[in-house]
Amino acid sequence: MIRSFGPAEFTFLLEAARWTLVLSLCAFVGGGLLGIVVALMRVSRNLVIRSIAAGWINVIQGTPVLIVLFLVFYGLPFFGLRFPPLIAAAAGMTIYASAFLAEIWRGCIEAVPRQQWEAASSLALKPAQRMIYVVLPQAFRLAVPPTVGFMVQIVKNTSVASIIGFVELTRAGTLMNNVTFQPFWVFGSVALLYFVMCWPLSVMSQRLERRLHAGRRS
Amino acid sequence: MPVVVAKDVRKSFGSLKVLDGVSLSVNEGELIAVIGRSGSGKSTFLRCLNGLETPDSGKISVADHELAPGEDALRALRQDVGMVFQSYNLFPHLTVGANIELAPRLVKKISRAEAADIARSVLAEVGLADKYESYPEQLSGGQQQRVAIARSLAMRPKVMLFDEVTSALDPELTGEVLKVMEGLSRSGMTMLLVTHEMAFARKAASRVVYFHQGRIHEQGPPEEFFGAPKTPELQQFLGAVL
Repeated sequence: MIRSFGPAEFTFLLEAARWTLVLSLCAFVGGGLLGIVVALMRVSRNLVIRSIAAGWINVIQGTPVLIVLFLVFYGLPFFGLRFPPLIAAAAGMTIYASAFLAEIWRGCIEAVPRQQWEAASSLALKPAQRMIYVVLPQAFRLAVPPTVGFMVQIVKNTSVASIIGFVELTRAGTLMNNVTFQPFWVFGSVALLYFVMCWPLSVMSQRLERRLHAGRRS
Repeated sequence: MPVVVAKDVRKSFGSLKVLDGVSLSVNEGELIAVIGRSGSGKSTFLRCLNGLETPDSGKISVADHELAPGEDALRALRQDVGMVFQSYNLFPHLTVGANIELAPRLVKKISRAEAADIARSVLAEVGLADKYESYPEQLSGGQQQRVAIARSLAMRPKVMLFDEVTSALDPELTGEVLKVMEGLSRSGMTMLLVTHEMAFARKAASRVVYFHQGRIHEQGPPEEFFGAPKTPELQQFLGAVL
């Protein structure tokens, strides 16, 4: 029996979009926490720590998210680690986001002028105090626009979770298309829902960029 | 009793010899003006004194701290040695008050209220008592540099280093900074300053030191130094800048 695409079907997509948001949030919180650790490791004075972070960033950035997801979902069970799709997808997205956020934030930390470090050093601050009280607050200002911009990428990239059978927005779209055969309306609605989630972030990013750069020298 | 002692300090950046055996001894309360062409090593020498640069060889002791590698030794030294930079280097995300209070609170572990008292008193010392709540970007260059001096003073240093602190300022703003430094010297602070302000060196310094090709080429009290330079290099340099 072929259903037609009506309000009930749209509601189905809307409910699935909730999981896209949940997954995005997991990726952002998890990736953010891991990302700040990797970013700090990346600017460490210890060569070994720095290299580990650089390796992590390079490997993850050079691997499709989809493959990371496959490794977590299909690969880890070989070692006895079996996760439900949501957990596997959240873990894969966290790994992916951590590398990109670490690289964005490393750039922001390094964009704080060297003289700021020198001034903090000259005042006898400890290395951690220089980072926490002098450098990170300034790096944070620089980091807001690109970070918000990357959040948009995360939301859209959660669609790869559909491949491992997690019913988020994209997966719900394909399911709905299979029973309605109205791809234009189904995927049009899916696109609209992604847009509704991403657009406010894009606007926010542009606003922040304008506000943070307005009236700032250099 | 010398407060600053440098013995045969050498430093190279790659194949470039920047300091080629610098020895200098500074007594308490002296104001040493260090002059010389750019690239003569004067700024590098100053930065060696508080460990921002590490000499390749030689000995440095400042305010009874031997300069030694390692964070702890450096921090102990830096608590007694203030440094002011050409580009002020105030922390732009903090108010003037917070800029000044940061180090006393974090390093000396004093209370917020006590730190605020110190901040207000050093700000008054540099004539900016009303700028406590301002952000650095709201101040003129001269005011920012005076705040930077106040920030260093808040740590109650025994020696102050000034690295071309008026070079980035418009001529009409240098006066206010030099006045603060003169007052500081009169109050007995031991000071070393790398400067291009010859008139100030002549008026305020107890000794002027001329750096040439990584060495101290000539030094002496200002009248003698400027009035009767002995070496042809200094004569030529003074001829070019005066």
